[in-house]
Amino acid sequence: MAYVGQLQRKFMDYTKSLYREGIVDEQFTQLHKLQDESNPDFVEEVVTLFFNDSERLLNELTNALEQQNVDFKKVDGYVHQFKGSSSSVGAQRVKDLCIAFRTLCELENKEACLRCLQQVKLEYASFQTKLESLFKLEKQIAEAHGTVPTLD
Amino acid sequence: MGSIATESQFHVLAVDDSLIERKLIERLLKTSSYQVTTVDSGSKALEFLGFHEDDQNYPNQPSVSPNNRQEMEVDLIITDYCMPGMTGYDLLKKIKESSSLRNIPVVIMSSENVRTRIRRCLEEGAEEFFLKPVQLSDVNRLRPHMMKAKYKDHQEPPKQQVEEKSEVEMSIQSQQEEDELPHEQHQQQPQAQGSSNNKRKALEEGLSPDRKRPRYSGLTVV
Repeated sequence: MAYVGQLQRKFMDYTKSLYREGIVDEQFTQLHKLQDESNPDFVEEVVTLFFNDSERLLNELTNALEQQNVDFKKVDGYVHQFKGSSSSVGAQRVKDLCIAFRTLCELENKEACLRCLQQVKLEYASFQTKLESLFKLEKQIAEAHGTVPTLD
Repeated sequence: MGSIATESQFHVLAVDDSLIERKLIERLLKTSSYQVTTVDSGSKALEFLGFHEDDQNYPNQPSVSPNNRQEMEVDLIITDYCMPGMTGYDLLKKIKESSSLRNIPVVIMSSENVRTRIRRCLEEGAEEFFLKPVQLSDVNRLRPHMMKAKYKDHQEPPKQQVEEKSEVEMSIQSQQEEDELPHEQHQQQPQAQGSSNNKRKALEEGLSPDRKRPRYSGLTVV
């Protein structure tokens, strides 16, 4: 019994830190509102879709920026997609970087774009690691027959 | 809250090229007890709707139209603006130009808060313009449009609807007003079809004074 309580506290603390550090924002909360008994894994499903989509986009971006003559419209197109998806799952820091990235695309500054892409990759990796840890905690709580505390 | 299947459950067609967005909008709509079909492009949407070029308003066209109507009635179309190929705006235009489809309410979604874009869409006949990410409170605004379209033959259209287009020019709704919406919308009966008394009640409930304005959050309040 104490173990479940411990896990739940850990979960709450971890969740709060994600908000505090700006890793996730209000949209992440909204996703949880769409999760219920009939769709208990909704958040994880959407975030997993995001993970898959992000890997694709980051690969495309890397390729596009490695070209001799960079097609900045194409790059901007990918960043626009990434901005949209990160916004939809509540990945605040990733989204904010994408907003900055789009400006750099407009300026057609290859070096700056490459640097920004690096930052995006780092920030995305951080988001992925942290959300995976969060989902793991949720599973542990469920396996210990506890209920996952709701975000407030 | 599970969705109760009734004969007259509203059916929404959602159009977005992003898989994540489709999943989100589908969940948002199902949470509100709508039947949902999602497609990933404007052309697929038109296909689903049984759109034919012949349906346009050309006076010399023969009046006989082929009997390939859509399988299921669609009560509202919600579409992303930015899509490769046919944009949401292009789709909106095609729908409004079609004699068989023009009465279906259309809502546009966009991640970009561009005033000229919003105005263009509303002028072309979109009922609402939602900024992404779309929220439950936005989805709650859909019902009145579907009720109006469905029951327009039985009711006199209320005079409030005329105000909608001119509101583009007016001051922007404050965030606070929008926050009040979800509570108010919740007062509506989810399955209000059936007797004409219920229809009228639901229709009136749907026409709350501050339900009409599209979400302009992000722009400064005058």
